[in-house]
Formats: sequence, structure tokens, C-alpha cells
Amino acid sequence: MRIDCRHVWDHISAYIDGEVDSSLRAEIDKHLETCEICSAVLDSTHNVIVLIADDRVFKLPTGFSQRLHARIDRELESASPS
Amino acid sequence: MTAPDPQFEADCICRILAGEHQLFHDLIRPCERPIYFLLMSLLRNETEAEDAAQDTVIKVYLNLKSFRGDSQFRTWVLSIARNEGLGRLRKAGSRREDSLEADTDEQTGDYTPAILTSWREIPSQTLEREQLGVILRKAVEALPEIYRNVVLLRDIEEMDARETAEALGITEGAVKVRLHRARALLQRELAPHLKGFAPKKRGQGKGLFGWFKSMRLDD
Repeated sequence: MRIDCRHVWDHISAYIDGEVDSSLRAEIDKHLETCEICSAVLDSTHNVIVLIADDRVFKLPTGFSQRLHARIDRELESASPS
Repeated sequence: MTAPDPQFEADCICRILAGEHQLFHDLIRPCERPIYFLLMSLLRNETEAEDAAQDTVIKVYLNLKSFRGDSQFRTWVLSIARNEGLGRLRKAGSRREDSLEADTDEQTGDYTPAILTSWREIPSQTLEREQLGVILRKAVEALPEIYRNVVLLRDIEEMDARETAEALGITEGAVKVRLHRARALLQRELAPHLKGFAPKKRGQGKGLFGWFKSMRLDD
């Protein structure tokens, strides 16, 4: 069976995560060899995932950690875990 | 993100419960980012999310004894964070918590990707340009809530599908469907903007995609 572009898009996330079975993976790979559009969709989707995962994109507010640990210290002085 | 170390966590918890309370700082540190970003996603306000994160961490400390170890420590912590966030939404009289709980995965929508005839990788060094970070953050923040929560835990905090499902109180299947749709929405929104950040020069080695493609073909 020759798969079409829509079929590839439907599985692109699972494909990136390595969660498609080997026969579907082989079909998608074959499709990607000749389909410039799906290759670009795959590459751009993967690139987006890599970029948003970078720690510089989603940063904790300045001083978040210090304030949190100061609050923990206050709690440690007054209470024990139960 | 630091990967959880169950042995370290179990050891830490035993010692904290035995009286070495200061070790709680080390135990909770790897969970700080996911706690904050999950709450930020739910509450959509930095001050409120930070306040809720602090309350979550204190609840974790005070209830440490009730952690049974049948899920990962971080998953347990995130379910406390989620309850904290939902409780605050409830108190504020927000109806958003209902929509968060609703199973809307059956909804149809248009998840057609942005069609490009070619794509040149945007290297992560480009993130030093603040403008790119702003574009990426805005796109994630603009996602529908149920998709944003999943993207934050799966792609930004790099948790697996099972742990994400447990932390959000949904099935693994729902995590996968939502993640797929979220990535499709992000690709469609971002790809046209990101093209402007592509390096101008060609032929600078195979880069990430060359590596990714070769890995794909070799598998």
C-alpha cells in the first residue's frame, strides 16, 4: 500500500517519538524519500520540538528558586513532615 | 531537565523522614521547573503560579510520609501541583477547570501542517536572539489549554507519556493525541515565522537534520 501525505501527517508525532510499528515506519520512510513537502513538514516539526525544549525559551522567573528555598527553610524550622 | 533518580529520591525521603529535614531542598530541586510551568499553564499568571508552586512544595513536604513509591516521586509531586492549580481556579470561580477536565479529544479540528517545499534547520544558537524565544513562547502560550499542558510536560520538561498521563490525570492515549495536535498547531503557527531565522549560508555541514535523517534511515 502506498501511503499519502495526509497519512504521514497523521503519524508524524508518533514517528518522531519512535512509536510507529516497523512496517508503517518503512512506509513513511519510503514516502519521505520522494516527498519534499512531507520531509519539510517532518523537519520543521522536529526543529520546533528541539527549539521549544531549550532551557532558554522557558525560563523560571528571576529569583524563583531562591524565594522557594527560603520559604522551604521557614517551613523546615516550624514543621516536620507527617 | 534533570532526569529523576528513584534511588536517590527513595534514600532522600527515608532520611528526611528520619530527621534530616534539610535534604528536602535537594529532593525537590529537580521538580521546580515542571511544577512552575504546569501551574503557569493552568493559572496563566506568574505571581499566582509562583505562589501556588510554593504552596505545592510545602504540601509535598508536609505529606511526604504518604508518598508510597508506587509512582515516580515527580509524578506524585505534579499531581499535587495540578490539584493546587485546579483548587485555585475553583476558588476563583473560574469555569476553566471544567473545560480542563472535559474529554474534548473527540473534537475534530484542522491539524493540517504548514506546507513548505523546503526547510532549513534553525540552529539552537539562534535562541540567543531574544526575538526567537518570544515567538516560541507566544506560540506555546496560545495553544488551547489541554494541549499546552501536555506540550509543557512532554516536550519542554521531557517527561514520558505515562508520567505525563499520571500527572495530568488523563490516559496515555489522550496524551499522545493531544501532543500530536499540539505539535501540528505549533508547526503550522511557527514554521512560516521561523524561516526568517534560518542561516543564510548553505553547506555548513549536515547539522541536526542531517543527523536526524541519517538516524532515521539507519534505524
